[in-house]
Amino acid sequence: YLSNTSTLSTKMAKSFPEEVLEHVFSFITSDSDRNAVSLVCKSWYEIERWCRKRVFVGNCYAVSPRILTRRFPEVRSVEIKGKPHFADFNLVPEGWGGCVYPWISAMAGAYPWLEEIRLKRMVVSDEALELISTSFCNFKVLVLSSCEGFSTDGLASIAANCRELRVLDLRESEVDDLSGHWLSHFPDTWTSLVSLNIACLGSEVSFSALERLVARSPNLRTLRLNRAVSLEKLHNLLCRAPQLVEFGTGAYSSELRPDVFSNLAGAFSGCKQLKGLSGFWDVVPAYLPAIYLTCSGLTSLNLSYATIQSPDLVKLVSQCHNLQRLWVLDYIEDIGLDALAASCKHLQELRVFPSDPYVVDPNVSLTERGLVAVSEGCPKLQSVLYFCRQMSNAALVAIARNRPNLVCFRLCIIEPRAPDYLTLEPLDAGFGAIVEHCKELRRLSLSGLLTDRVFEYIGTRGRKLEMLSIAFAGESDLGLHHVLSGCESLRKLEIRDCPFGDKALLANAAKLETMRSLWMSSCSVSFGACKLLGQKLPRLNVEVIDERGSPDSRPESCPVEKLYIYRTVAGPRVDMPPFVWTIDEDAALRV
Amino acid sequence: MSMPFEEHDYIGLSETPAMENSEKLASKGLNLKATELRLGLPGSESPERGNGLGVLKGFISGAKRGFSDTINGDSGKWVFTGNGGSDVDLGKNGALFSPRSVNGSGSEGTSLKEVVPPSPKAVHEKKPQISAVNGHGVAPAAKAQVVGWPPIRSFRKNSMAVNPPKSDEDAKLGSGCLYVKVSMDGAPYLRKVDLKTYSSYMELSSALEKMFSCFTIGQCGAHGVPLRDGMSESRLMDLLHGSEYVLTYEDKDDDWMLVGDVPWEMFTVSCKRMRIMKSSDAIGL
Repeated sequence: YLSNTSTLSTKMAKSFPEEVLEHVFSFITSDSDRNAVSLVCKSWYEIERWCRKRVFVGNCYAVSPRILTRRFPEVRSVEIKGKPHFADFNLVPEGWGGCVYPWISAMAGAYPWLEEIRLKRMVVSDEALELISTSFCNFKVLVLSSCEGFSTDGLASIAANCRELRVLDLRESEVDDLSGHWLSHFPDTWTSLVSLNIACLGSEVSFSALERLVARSPNLRTLRLNRAVSLEKLHNLLCRAPQLVEFGTGAYSSELRPDVFSNLAGAFSGCKQLKGLSGFWDVVPAYLPAIYLTCSGLTSLNLSYATIQSPDLVKLVSQCHNLQRLWVLDYIEDIGLDALAASCKHLQELRVFPSDPYVVDPNVSLTERGLVAVSEGCPKLQSVLYFCRQMSNAALVAIARNRPNLVCFRLCIIEPRAPDYLTLEPLDAGFGAIVEHCKELRRLSLSGLLTDRVFEYIGTRGRKLEMLSIAFAGESDLGLHHVLSGCESLRKLEIRDCPFGDKALLANAAKLETMRSLWMSSCSVSFGACKLLGQKLPRLNVEVIDERGSPDSRPESCPVEKLYIYRTVAGPRVDMPPFVWTIDEDAALRV
Repeated sequence: MSMPFEEHDYIGLSETPAMENSEKLASKGLNLKATELRLGLPGSESPERGNGLGVLKGFISGAKRGFSDTINGDSGKWVFTGNGGSDVDLGKNGALFSPRSVNGSGSEGTSLKEVVPPSPKAVHEKKPQISAVNGHGVAPAAKAQVVGWPPIRSFRKNSMAVNPPKSDEDAKLGSGCLYVKVSMDGAPYLRKVDLKTYSSYMELSSALEKMFSCFTIGQCGAHGVPLRDGMSESRLMDLLHGSEYVLTYEDKDDDWMLVGDVPWEMFTVSCKRMRIMKSSDAIGL
């Protein structure tokens, strides 16, 4: 398509030699800018596609490997996401899909110079890892975030074959941990390591191999160990890597011994560039002072596995005056959040996780007051993830007024449909205030008792909202209708256990093509409506995920268990398991 | 109380469609029950699911014993084919027994008595759930668990479960969540179950049976053969006839054991993963 409406722009476009344009384009790195450039005219489209080096695929089924490699022949870096977000909470049955092998296979042929692969929520087999390790001679970066399907054998292939590897980051992936032996496959001649994150691995790696690896990696900046690495050994690693910027400990416990303590404290104080700490499983509080000297330089602290009590947490965070990001368990309590608000004026992101989410009564004294305090005291606070057991509209309004610069607000009140604990009313007004005051809000997760009204607020005021997560909320289709007919920027909508059904979905079917995806589970969308959507909107894949057997064996009015709708240019999937059905244009049920 | 099992329509209208559903099916001549993967002799009836006992299906078989009995005598090892416990009354006529009569003194702990129906507020996924009052071994403050709620990643849940939070208060046993993988020989992919949502071997096996039945039904579908076809029915009947599968698990010492050897609580703590094996492969366990 030629979208040049003005002859002047055509002349301008044609007057620059391609090499100049290419050079100019090389400064344009954001995907949306690149996409815009490619739409100017045909020649810009061609130049741009030949020089695009980095591609992001937000939904692996929205496009096919062949389409990717055909359009962009010179890619060096690829990021691909697979399963929908609710897969993190076991709502997507195993075997649903998101297998990366076809992508690796296509890229092995098309991109021999590929350097970086970043995957999220994809199924990665050992065969895929082996193929990666043997197909790309210049391979440098492998990030597997929340992936699964591979074992330490696959890691061994990567270690053995990737001579240029710089980054191996296994962020929260589920690895079939056969042994720790894979680490020893890194050759002694390999010295280019920059970042290693093995925190998700269960088994012990050979410590001497790890030591030698660290010793021969002068560029090492990030090292995140797994729980199996004992505290007494940490100083061996830290002393060999004083240039570390990010460090994750293993189990942070040991018998109290002065020599162990002083070794550790000395090693930590030797790392003058340290900005981020994580790990801290099984913390023995007496060893915490070993990191005190690093605190003033820390910008990121992940204590979300540290089962230590509020007084110890307060002592720690009170020294972290430059802290920008804190992840912590609710052991910090309101009192600890007060201290945080007082000491950490540069805080941008706070995540508070529940220590004991499955009991009804609170086990710690963490309430809405802590979050309000942080919203008051931390002027740069932008991103919040907060698990708690009580909330009030008044608190939410206060937070909204205090922090209109919020970009991400995810609140999880542990009891579904919990009302404002002071007034027993729904929390519509509170969340309404959030979307009204926080005009830059891009991500919102709701919880508590909510009627259709909150969705009216969100639909009309959430103009920049890109991702919305809804659970156990709303009263009728009107709620969903408000969201789908408003929220101009909405890209991802995920809903569970809400009384939303056919009417809102069918009335706003066109909206679905403007979004990346919609997930609905345990709602009231009928199979008939799914069929209709699938028929009418060929550029959407409408997937019915239902483990009760074929939807044809039930009446069309019967609600489906789970529904995943996403736009795509690749047509229906070919790798669906037996419990996923799509409907093609002929309204034929396709397994 | 009759709680239809198939759907939990949020609005609460579930009863109607489900009943329509089964009526319609019956009138079509398709008796899905006959083709369900159940663990009993053909022709034996399993109790209605909506009999207030939640998910328990009472698949305790009669004369046809599980694999373990062939090998181990009457050790009472629990196997997938429906041996419920050491004190199972086998009964000569092979009829399925209601869960009540089974496992009276099993150390696995029985939750077969009054099961308080889940509170109407918390909408549950179709998967089996414990309810608030479900027998001994669970702290009273633990609530019925809804799948995927609160929204916490498995890695985090499992990290916390391995080392329960230390606090000055009494440690609350039974909290947390423990996902283990379950693979089945011949199935194309594995499943994950949260052992903390079950309080006995009975509940676990019932859930697994449901989960993996979709493979047998699905397999038929994938080949384009509808359920009504005689060919697929007979395939299912093959499974029903025999004790073709046993349930095994890998414990913390990396040994593979038959599920049911140890008391339930001990099992949940030591089980790393499970495998539904063909009986022929399980010789020697």
